[in-house]
Amino acid sequence: MSTFSAIGEEREIDRDEYTPGVEPQPTWCPGCGDFSVLKALKQALPEVGRTPEETLLCTGIGCSGKLNSYLDTYGFHTIHGRSLPVARAAKLANPDLEVIAAGGDGDGYGIGGNHFIHTARENHDMTYIVFNNEIFGLTKGQTSPTSPKGHKSKTQPSGSAKEPIKPLSMSLNAGASYVARTAAVNPNQAKEIITEAIEHDGFAHVDFLTQCPTWNKDARQYVPYIDVNDSDDYEFDKTDRVEAAEMMRETEESLYEGEVLTGRFYVDEERPSYGQEKQTIGEMPEEPLAERYWDDDYEWERSHDMFLDKHA
Amino acid sequence: MTDDELIWRISGGSGDGIASTSQNFAKALMRSGLNVFTHRHYPSRIRGGHTYTEVRASAGPVESRGDGYNFLLALGDSFARNPQEEAVYGNEEIKPLSENLDELREGGVIVYDEGLLDASEIPNFEERAEENDWHVYPLDLRGLARDMGREVMRNTAGVGATCALTGMELDHVEDLMRDAMPEKILDPNLEILETAYEQVQEEYDVDAPDVSVPTGEHDETQLLMSGSDAIAYGAIDEGCRFISGYPMTPWTEVFTIMSQNLPKLDGISEQVEDEIAAAALAVGASHAGVKAMSGSSGGGFALMSEPLGLAEMTETPVVLVEAMRAGPSTGMPTKPEQSDLEHVLYTSQGDSQRVVLAPGTVEEAYEQSRLAFRLAYEYQIPTILLYDQKLGGELKNVPKDHFDREPNPTLGKTLSEDALSEQPHSGDGKFHRFQHDVDDGVSPRSIPGQKGGRFLATGNEHDPTGHISESPENRVAQIDRRAEKLAAIREDLDTEDTGSYAGPEDAEYGILTFGSQQGTVEEAVGRLNDAGVSVKSYGVSDMLPFPTEQVEAFVESVDEVLVVEMTASGQFRGLVQKNLGRYGERLSSLLKYNGNPFEPAEVVDGFEAAIIEGDSDASDHQTTFVPAAGD
Repeated sequence: MSTFSAIGEEREIDRDEYTPGVEPQPTWCPGCGDFSVLKALKQALPEVGRTPEETLLCTGIGCSGKLNSYLDTYGFHTIHGRSLPVARAAKLANPDLEVIAAGGDGDGYGIGGNHFIHTARENHDMTYIVFNNEIFGLTKGQTSPTSPKGHKSKTQPSGSAKEPIKPLSMSLNAGASYVARTAAVNPNQAKEIITEAIEHDGFAHVDFLTQCPTWNKDARQYVPYIDVNDSDDYEFDKTDRVEAAEMMRETEESLYEGEVLTGRFYVDEERPSYGQEKQTIGEMPEEPLAERYWDDDYEWERSHDMFLDKHA
Repeated sequence: MTDDELIWRISGGSGDGIASTSQNFAKALMRSGLNVFTHRHYPSRIRGGHTYTEVRASAGPVESRGDGYNFLLALGDSFARNPQEEAVYGNEEIKPLSENLDELREGGVIVYDEGLLDASEIPNFEERAEENDWHVYPLDLRGLARDMGREVMRNTAGVGATCALTGMELDHVEDLMRDAMPEKILDPNLEILETAYEQVQEEYDVDAPDVSVPTGEHDETQLLMSGSDAIAYGAIDEGCRFISGYPMTPWTEVFTIMSQNLPKLDGISEQVEDEIAAAALAVGASHAGVKAMSGSSGGGFALMSEPLGLAEMTETPVVLVEAMRAGPSTGMPTKPEQSDLEHVLYTSQGDSQRVVLAPGTVEEAYEQSRLAFRLAYEYQIPTILLYDQKLGGELKNVPKDHFDREPNPTLGKTLSEDALSEQPHSGDGKFHRFQHDVDDGVSPRSIPGQKGGRFLATGNEHDPTGHISESPENRVAQIDRRAEKLAAIREDLDTEDTGSYAGPEDAEYGILTFGSQQGTVEEAVGRLNDAGVSVKSYGVSDMLPFPTEQVEAFVESVDEVLVVEMTASGQFRGLVQKNLGRYGERLSSLLKYNGNPFEPAEVVDGFEAAIIEGDSDASDHQTTFVPAAGD
C-alpha cells in the first residue's frame, strides 16, 4: 500500500460521499446563499475526479467556515482570515493534494486581506472561494468590507462612510490567474465556475455572491443576474488584462446600482503556478516533500556531513 | 582578570567589516589550539555607528565574554557623522577609541589608527593611559592601506599589528584569509598583513609583549559556531525540511542559514507577508506531513500568537524559535534581553498547551533544537525554542564530534494506511483523530491523502473525529487529555538532563539562571569558589513544563538563592516562585537590562555585595538587586 493511496485514485465518485454522517444537514439559515456553495462543490468534485481523501478544504471563521462541517473531506477549519497561509503551505508540502480554501468577505478581504493579496501574487495552484454576502453574518449583521457605502448596521449606525472593497479588481492587480464571480441564485453557472476553478493550474479566485436573508434583508437576492460571458451587451476578452480590468470595474460599480454581473472575468492559462516557479529556480523538490518521510530508502542528510567543514 | 587569556576588542563603524575580520581572527586563534568565545556589540544601523566585537581566547575553557578586555584595536568609522556637539550622535569619528576605554583592563594594549583617530581629542587621554599602565601604539593603518591599494584593508593591517604585538604567528591568519577571501583581494591583503607585521616588529621592541597570545592545543577538530548555526543544524538533523518566516533581528540569522541550506536538501523555505502567515504556513506544512518550523523575535512572535493557539488546539506539531531582544515594542533591536519569557509562555488565548525550552550554550542550542522537534512531533504540540541575541550571535568553538549523530526524520505517532485501517472510525468512515483515552494523551494522527484517515482539524473544541463539539463531557475529556501530554513530556524531559550545574553540591548558597546567562554564571561560580565562597549554580532550560522537582531540590539544599536574569521585572524568578509555591523568602534577584549581557565580575560582585555582605549598594555595576520577600 502506498503512502497516500487516495491520491490519483481512479473510480466513480458518488456525491453523497461528501456528506458527513454526523451533520448531514447544514445549520445555515433557511434561504442562505451558502447552501449553493456546498452544492456546487459536491457537484464539481466528482466531476473533476477528486475524492474526499485527496482533497484538503481549509476554511476561515464565520458562517462560511462551517463549510468544513458539511463537506466531508480532509479539512482544516483554521482561524479568522488565515485559511490561505495554511492552505498554500499544505499545497507546497504535498502538491498532489487538491487544495481548496474558503471563507467570507470579512475573512478574505478584511482581516485576511494581506494573505489574499500575497497568495494571489504568488499564484499558488489552488481554489479560493469567498462567500460574499456584504455583511458579517455569524456575529449578527455588522458592516463588512464589501458592504455598500451608506450601509447601516449596529456598528455603523449612521451608515458606512467607506467605499466597499473591489474584490475582483484587487485580485487581478494582485496576480490571480483566474478570477470569476458567481451567485448562489445561479446554481448551474456556480457549478461550472467552481469546476473550472478547481481544474485551473494557478490561483483561482471565485467571488461567490451568497445572499444573507437574516442580517442583510435590504440587500438584493442577486437577481436578476447577467452572465457577462453569454450576454450580447458585454464584449470583452477575458484573457486580456486591460479589458478584464475594465469589465471588473463596471461589474463592481453596477452591483451597487442593482445590476448583478457574473461570469469569468480573467483567465490566464499561461502563467506558471508558484510551485512550478519555485521548481524552476531549484527551491522546490520534484517529488512531494510529504512522501519523503515515508520512504524507507531515503538517506537523510546530516549537517555533520554537509555543512560543518566551513566552520573548522 | 587572568594573564593567560587574550580578550581582543576590534572597534570601528558598522559596515566596516568588523564582524568578518573578528570572525576570521577568532577562527585563527581556534586553529592555533585555543578556546575562543566572541561577543558582538552593534547599533541598529547599516552604515556607521560605533560597533565592536570581542574575541576571548584561552587555553582553558571559556564560556562567557569575560570581564573587560586587554587588547584594543581601534579602527576608524568610515561612515561617522560628525555634526555639531549637541547632536545625538556626538562626535562619532573618535568613538572607536573614546567609547572603549572604560572597560580596558590595567596594563592593556591600545592600537589605534592614527590616520583616522586623533587621541588628543579625548580629554586626559595621556593621563588615563599612564594611570592605567596602558601601552599605546598609534599606527597609520589607513595610510598603509591606502599606499597598498585599498583603504578597507586597514582591518587586515590592524590584525597584522595585533599579531606582531602579541607574539602570534601569522600562518593561521594567512590560511584563513586564503579560505575566506576571493582571489582578487587575497594577494594585496596578504601583503599588507605581512607589511604591518614587519613594520611593527621593526619599530617596537616586541620580544616581551605587553599582552601575549596564550598557547594551547586541541585534541579533536574544532568548529567555530554560533547559537543560530547550532539551532539550524539541529533542525536539519531532525529532518526539518520546511521553514517559513519574515525578517526580524536577531531571528533572521536562523532563517538565513536555513534558507541557504534547505535547497541543497531538497527542502522548502518561504519568506512570506507577515509573521501570522509565517507561523500559519508552518502549521499547514506540518498538517500535510512535513517537519516544519517558523520563528521570529518579540514583535513578530506577537503576531504568531494566533497560529500558535491553532497548533495547540489542533495538536499540530510545529517548532517556533523566538530570538529575544530588548523590548517592549521595537525596544533595542540589536541588544540582548531575556524579557520575552512570559510572552512566549502565556501569549494566545485559553490555557496554553506548549513546550518552551531555553538552551544556555551553543552545544545546548543544537541539542535542544533537536529536542524541540522530537517533543513537538512525538507529542503533537507546538514547541518553542527561546534564545536571545547573545546566544544567537556569539561564536564559540565546539568539537566537531559533538554533531556526529544520527538524523531523526520520524514523524512521531503518525499512522500508515495499514495501521489506520485498524483504528476506530465513525459509521461514515471518519477517522477518530482525537480519541479520549490514549497513552500519554497522544492520539495518533493521519496525513491528508491517506485512505481511511479523513478527519477535521479545527480551532474549535471538537469530538474524537474533529467535529465541532460543545458537549461538557467531551470538553473535559479533551482538555484533560491534552494536559496529560505535558505531564508525559515532563517525565520524558527528566531523562534528558537539560539542566546545567556548577559548583560543589553541598554549597551554602545557590545561583539560579536560565538560557544564555548560564556560561557567565558558571564562570562567576568558579571564581567565587576559588575565593572560598561556598556557592553553586543551576542553569535551567525547561521553562515549560517546568522542572519543579529539580528546582525545588536545589533551592531546598541552600540557605539563599540569587536569581540572575536579563529582565527588569524578574520574570524568571516569578516563574520559579509560581511553580514552587513557596521559598519567596529565599529568592532574591540580580537583574541587568541596559542592553549588555552580564559579565562574570558583575555576578561575582553582585553576589558578594548582596548575599555575603548584605549591602547591595556595594556593587558599582549597572545591575539591580531585588531582595527576597520579607527583606
